[in-house]
Amino acid sequence: MKTLIGIFRELAGLFIDDGLLALAICVVVALAAIVAAIAPAVPIASGIVLLVGCPGVLFSNVIRAGKR
Amino acid sequence: MAPAVSAAFLSSLVEAVEALTIVLSVATVRGWRPAGLGALAGLASLALIVLALGPFLDRVPLHALQLVIGVLLLLFGMRWLRKAILRAAGVIPLHDEALAFATETAALREQARHHSTRLDWLAGLASYKAMVLEGLEVVFVVIAVGAGRGLLVPASIGALAACALVAAAGFAVHRPLARVPENTLKFTVGVMLSAFGVFWTGEGLGVPWPGEDLAILGFAALFLIVALAAVRLVRSPAVKALP
Repeated sequence: MKTLIGIFRELAGLFIDDGLLALAICVVVALAAIVAAIAPAVPIASGIVLLVGCPGVLFSNVIRAGKR
Repeated sequence: MAPAVSAAFLSSLVEAVEALTIVLSVATVRGWRPAGLGALAGLASLALIVLALGPFLDRVPLHALQLVIGVLLLLFGMRWLRKAILRAAGVIPLHDEALAFATETAALREQARHHSTRLDWLAGLASYKAMVLEGLEVVFVVIAVGAGRGLLVPASIGALAACALVAAAGFAVHRPLARVPENTLKFTVGVMLSAFGVFWTGEGLGVPWPGEDLAILGFAALFLIVALAAVRLVRSPAVKALP
């Protein structure tokens, strides 16, 4: 049982290391999905949200981690 | 096709090196039998997972599959890239295979003192767990970069080539592959997987990327520039003085 819990924890760890970064990525994706839903005539707009948002949240997360 | 195969090959190289370190430490403490059996059982479990997932993937609508895989790739790739940036900038220590080998060997020896009768089981289990956990990352990357465009076979070949290369090198030198530039590989793979993540998430949301698949290269360049700038900035003492 302990091994199974350990494996499950490590599986979750594959995708989530820093909780704030994971949350920020989910927020960017949710924003992109909202933009896609409200502006279907401009489908590239949600792409721009992803292209600006993902590198942006990575950069700010790393800079914050560097200051600690 | 080349970015998918390279991403699968490079990420598998990193994971195979990490799995090899644990299998070698098990073999050092308890011999090749439990290490080999554990590793083989791990490979069999991975094969079962792939066989079970394969038909399921065919039934998922393409856009939903692209979206789910894209988001998972963003989480996975940006996590790798974040860690590689922080390691390159000296904020966290580099991963040391020799140290990992010593730690794992010491832990197994400690277990040997307390559970001498069950040690073969524990050693085999350590080898099995390493193979399954590191192997799952390989399986995920292969599916993630290959499933959306029918590139599962080339991506699998890339991953298998990396695993075979590491296994051959490990058997030849009989010690952890500490000289593999793991952080550089993780940095590269993190950039590529993040680029794939943006691409697939966008495809899942119906974004018509200019240049189609070629856009992935542009996204990789963007992530690379941002990551290098972050390394440079975090290394600078001035950033620590920021409020």
